[in-house]
Amino acid sequence: MIKYVAHRLVMMTGILFGVLVITFAVSHVLPSSPVEMMLGAKPTQEQIDAARVELGLDRPLYEQFFRYIANAATGDFGVSLRTNQPVASDMLERLGATFELVTLGMILAVLIGTPLGVLSAVRQDTAADHGTRTIAIAGVALPPFFTGMLLQLLFYGTLGWLPLQGRIDSEILLDYSFETVTGLYLIDTLLAGQWQAFVSALLHIALPVLTLAVFSLAVVTRISRNMMVEVLSEDYIRTARAYGLPRRAIHYRYALRATLIPLLTVIGLTYGYMLGSSVIVEFVFDWPGLGGYIVGAIISNDFPAVMGVTLFFATTYLLVNLIVDLLYFAVDPRLRMA
Amino acid sequence: MSSIDALAGEHPARPGRVAFALHLVRGNPLMVFGLAVLTAVVLGALLAPWIAPYDPTEINFGDKLVPPRADHLFGTDSLGRDIFSRVIYGARTSLTVGLAVVGLALLIGIPIGLVAGYVGGRVDAFLMRVTDVFLAFPALLLPIAITAALGPGLMNAMLALAISWFPWYSRILRGAVLQVREELYIDAARAMGVRHIWIMIRHALPNSLTPVIVQASMDFGYTILAAASLSFIGIGARPPTVEWGLMVATSRSSFLEFWWTAAFPGLAIFVTVLAVNVLGDGIRDILDPKYRSRR
Repeated sequence: MIKYVAHRLVMMTGILFGVLVITFAVSHVLPSSPVEMMLGAKPTQEQIDAARVELGLDRPLYEQFFRYIANAATGDFGVSLRTNQPVASDMLERLGATFELVTLGMILAVLIGTPLGVLSAVRQDTAADHGTRTIAIAGVALPPFFTGMLLQLLFYGTLGWLPLQGRIDSEILLDYSFETVTGLYLIDTLLAGQWQAFVSALLHIALPVLTLAVFSLAVVTRISRNMMVEVLSEDYIRTARAYGLPRRAIHYRYALRATLIPLLTVIGLTYGYMLGSSVIVEFVFDWPGLGGYIVGAIISNDFPAVMGVTLFFATTYLLVNLIVDLLYFAVDPRLRMA
Repeated sequence: MSSIDALAGEHPARPGRVAFALHLVRGNPLMVFGLAVLTAVVLGALLAPWIAPYDPTEINFGDKLVPPRADHLFGTDSLGRDIFSRVIYGARTSLTVGLAVVGLALLIGIPIGLVAGYVGGRVDAFLMRVTDVFLAFPALLLPIAITAALGPGLMNAMLALAISWFPWYSRILRGAVLQVREELYIDAARAMGVRHIWIMIRHALPNSLTPVIVQASMDFGYTILAAASLSFIGIGARPPTVEWGLMVATSRSSFLEFWWTAAFPGLAIFVTVLAVNVLGDGIRDILDPKYRSRR
């Protein structure tokens, strides 16, 4: 097992290196030059030269690349051209918001998707099955930005139950201030004992989480259904049935357990989609996380910020998949022996 | 003609296969729905100038934000443009984008997968690590970064999507080629002295293309959706191009009061992608019998 983990870590380092090559290529070699973006229209030649030296662009490419890697390894992604702050600290400020959103979205998707998929498989070819499958097919066809706007229209525009956008009411933030400990408002407000602030944060996060969950929910449902159908046709399930074990026990004690590993894989993959759609969802709901940050950065040609977030998301995604792979050992004892 | 041709003519395999496929389509109401919708969308795109009642870019402040009614089926937007006409013209953009992105991704992905699977060894290991790197980016992130670097615009967005998408095809094709490589007819071709490049193109590729085609037909919808997302955040299509994602984006300032400005272009994306996905699912069922029994 240790050997396997070591192997995986080496592989991951290699892939990370490749990711750095791509982000470097994208930001340093492609046409639009960061110098132009820094100086705006019609700079003098001296200004251009000075900027090139300042950015290290006068150096040979390989030297720039090594410096880029060394900086990235120490968490230095450069200074944002928009906020004039180090990209790393910009990102740190916004990390909590994105983490809160994506994690809740994932939990919601798994909590609803898995039982739905199981139900659909157990009641194969009934109305419940057809309904669930229709939801699963429709869910992946809904563009997240449209889902978000529909929810805004319904819950804010028509019903007036939930706020339109943002993370918390600014008035509530003034009246019931709380300390940022974890960066997750739902936890921080509870730690501070600010009930009103907690409710406000909860109301604000509801729609973005729902929007984010819809797509993954569809994927999780579909896969867990397929897995369950496959497991239910296994010999040991038939044996269990022959022994006259209660259906519930067969489904939940034996069959569901066997679907755990594929489900873990799905969660790992879906996490990537979630990080990607979080960019769109944060934009729709004006959510102050990394996704909103990267969109703002693109619009103002803020390269270091774009590459910083891209790099961070790629690393997170790789780490999540590593963790998923390691969880296999926890779920499947046979792997531990090998 | 020779007797061989005559024999081939009598052989029932081909018509049988088509008939079987049709039988499967008919037995799957979802696929009928998908086919009907997609036909409508394609027709709309092709015949846009004749079907659309208005010029999609014509601004008319006198008629702005008109709710859906007889002369404007889907209403008008904040510049008084007819949304029905814009939705029809938008089909052109989205279908083109879907075809171009999947086509370009196949064009990049297929040679890489073919070489990796057929040559094997270190070449394979290297090429697969390269695809690993591209797949390490969460969905949409790499297209966003590349489009940001190339500069916003529909062409760049399409290029960026294709660059981020080709590794899937490389990997799928490689897997299929790995199996085909062990087949007897490949050995036979080699024994006859056929050159490797010819074996790859003539024998290995056609016999391992099915899963790639299946995946490509499933991805078509996702590509349309991704391109619309890029347009939505302002780095894809730009005016005067008529594109559904962009239409939804420009409706953001008005949709809470004037729901139709967002609803119809959004629904257009949803229905089209849904139809394409359902159809892709069906194509997989027909081409890949393994899935048929599972459903």
